[in-house]
Amino acid sequence: MGKKIVKIIKIDANKCNGCRACEVICAAFHATPKYSSVNPARSRIQMMRDPMRDIFVPVYAGELAKAECMGRNVYIMDGRQYDECSFCRSACPSRDLFKEPDSKLPLKCDMCEDDPPQEEPLCVKWCLEDALTYEEREEEVEDDVKSDEMEMGIKALVDKYGLDNVVDTMARMSEKG
Amino acid sequence: MRYAETGYNLEIDLTRGNIEKVETDPRDTELYLGGLGTNAKIIWDRVPPETDAFAPENVLIFSAGLLCGTPATSANRTIVTSISPQTKLFQYSMMGGFWAPELKLAGYDKVIMRGKAPNLVYIWINNDKVEIRDASHLQGKGAVETQELIKAELNEPKAQVAAIGLAGENRVFFASIEQARASCSRGGLGAVMGSKNVKAIAVRGTKDLYIAKPAELIGLINEVLEYTKWRNEHPIPNYMPILASLGSPQEMKHDDEKWHTENFSWGNSRTRRRGFWNQDIAEDWKKTMETMQGRLISCFNCPNKCGATLTPPGQPTYMMKCFTKLTYTMAAFSDLAFGLSIAQRATEYGIDGYSGPQVMAFGFELLEAGILSDADFAGMPEDNDGKFYWLLDRIVRREGIGDILADGTYWAAERIGKGAQAFAHNNIRKHEQLPLKLGTMDPIYYLLYCCNEKATVTQIEGNFPQAPFRTQEEKDAFVSDWFQCPSERIKEVVQKWSFKGEFAGPYYPTPEMCSEIVDWQERMHYVDDCVGICAGMSAFPLKPPYHLFNYPKIISAASGIEMDTDELVKITKRVRNLVRANNIIRGLRRVDEVPPEDHWNKRFPELEKELLDTYYKYKGWNNDGVPTKEFLHELNLDYVAEDFEKRGIYSETPSYELAAQKEKEV
Repeated sequence: MGKKIVKIIKIDANKCNGCRACEVICAAFHATPKYSSVNPARSRIQMMRDPMRDIFVPVYAGELAKAECMGRNVYIMDGRQYDECSFCRSACPSRDLFKEPDSKLPLKCDMCEDDPPQEEPLCVKWCLEDALTYEEREEEVEDDVKSDEMEMGIKALVDKYGLDNVVDTMARMSEKG
Repeated sequence: MRYAETGYNLEIDLTRGNIEKVETDPRDTELYLGGLGTNAKIIWDRVPPETDAFAPENVLIFSAGLLCGTPATSANRTIVTSISPQTKLFQYSMMGGFWAPELKLAGYDKVIMRGKAPNLVYIWINNDKVEIRDASHLQGKGAVETQELIKAELNEPKAQVAAIGLAGENRVFFASIEQARASCSRGGLGAVMGSKNVKAIAVRGTKDLYIAKPAELIGLINEVLEYTKWRNEHPIPNYMPILASLGSPQEMKHDDEKWHTENFSWGNSRTRRRGFWNQDIAEDWKKTMETMQGRLISCFNCPNKCGATLTPPGQPTYMMKCFTKLTYTMAAFSDLAFGLSIAQRATEYGIDGYSGPQVMAFGFELLEAGILSDADFAGMPEDNDGKFYWLLDRIVRREGIGDILADGTYWAAERIGKGAQAFAHNNIRKHEQLPLKLGTMDPIYYLLYCCNEKATVTQIEGNFPQAPFRTQEEKDAFVSDWFQCPSERIKEVVQKWSFKGEFAGPYYPTPEMCSEIVDWQERMHYVDDCVGICAGMSAFPLKPPYHLFNYPKIISAASGIEMDTDELVKITKRVRNLVRANNIIRGLRRVDEVPPEDHWNKRFPELEKELLDTYYKYKGWNNDGVPTKEFLHELNLDYVAEDFEKRGIYSETPSYELAAQKEKEV
């Protein structure tokens, strides 16, 4: 059994004032050099914002989804109907969100990884409304790598194709990700 | 490479349908910063004084401030500039919201429109793609409704749209331009937009905006944020709650309206209702606000929640801030439910929440006085609230009496005659003022009201307390951490200033001290209006996060322009005098710099003369309020002085002498 730190941004949508300061500081922090430009379209946190329907949902970017979902969901809460995919954190082929505006490469929140480390992600720091708060929690994780089983399988492949070929193939696969 | 600004303006000739992206001169940014400053230069260069507000030759500028789109907190103001149909003078009207940063991110600092579109259009700016699109299907649509319709038809929920309503289309002299929860209300620039047949400007930007000294700027803005947080946790003690925090007056947050309802005037700025506020009303109005209010909201990159979404029963949602909360209620002698309900319709029509209600109350006063007749109001319902809805509809459609009232109280009175002029009593430079009628003349406010290029007191007052503190302890405590104050003399005034005795108004502060205080308060607004920072974080509240000592560093870190406090002061003087120059060539002189005659009950003509004499000298103006040639030279504004000379402005008989001669003849 191992341990890992789970980082959480807690979003209290009722406290959000819709100002998009979170987008501004995220975009600035992730510019190269740091803070040298602003472009909220590059931000890894995006406001789903429609004051006329009282919808204020900050969403921060999660993992890339290579394909869109088979179905869509629409949430209705307190009489407010949210748009399809409002709460989804994926950069996905079905929408433009969480993609670099020029290259369309996917964006993902890195919790403002920095050296020296930031006290908390900067969107949290810049949200004076406390709509965003930061928490860390330690979780136990199972060692899910079953090395014996894997070794047996790879040994069979080496026997069949030779070690060099197997290594080449593994290298190629890991490049593709 | 340009920093903080994009270095490009969009030039749109509406008559020919021509759109050009034009690079701007970086030297102009050094001289005038941006926003109001560079707008004033463009109007000076391109709009001669004889141009009518509604003439195609008039220019309408939508400008972002220099810092809009940078990480600077509360840098979100759009500065709209043109000639006002009401005052016939240079007019700048501003709004917060989200439009200006979006324009910068699309790659432009300003949209400059001239000419007139052959039919109703809207402009769609999507990064490098700019289109003039047909808007015939939007004719008559509400200003808020139009924003939603355009975003839907473009399928761009993140586009920001500034739009006019029916009032702008019909050239009502107090028509506004609406965007998100913000509004460009003063001076009728919505009507200028309507005269050009432009219903809306939609913008979406996904480009980068560059920062000159990134680490420095973020450090400075983090300080601004830290102080903002502290300041909102520490409201000014012993001060009105709505003015004790940051932001514009917190009208959406606070329910206690004793101060406004008993100190401001009701109707056509006539009646003070002392003892009006009681427990029943307090509970009733609180309930109204709770029922209608969705949530408190902010503009772009700002932590202050000055606005709110409101949904009156059975009506669409709209957004509001500040004192429009009460203007309709008080003009109609009605209650808050009525005020918030009619304001929804008025916001869709797109009218100024200050002028609009006053114009209606003025109309009904003329009816009562027999100057207007029942025939003028034929078809009007009997009930009080209904009457106001009826008249509002007539005004924005310019139907019958509404067509006359749509020109505002001054011009309506001129058209009506029969003594109606006496009822248009609450104007400065033909422009309706807050309904405030007070006792003894206040020397600081005398100057603020008189010498205010925008004729709107909230756009010039702010950093100095509105009244003395009561005890010496309160006074000393106030100045003890007043690092924003640029002068020890001003601190001393606060420490001495009292309600009674030697250091009480109107003779204290002295004219010299008043000049310095007013000059500083005004200066802060000029910085804000050039860089696009909301006055609610700078010029308007006491002890704000932005001030004369961090502003130069912030502007320098963002734009790369070398600057210190002295240089910033010089720039604001240049901009302030260029704005004034635009008005001087349109005829503005000393005789126009007067408060509404009944603003104060007790007046002091000799002191008032001395105040103006002293202030003009302090400002570098001659005794008729015209900037002197020498002073303009100091400010690198020789071209203005040359123009004044060519027009014979320096050699004419002073306006006050002409007025005196005229009086003698009568």
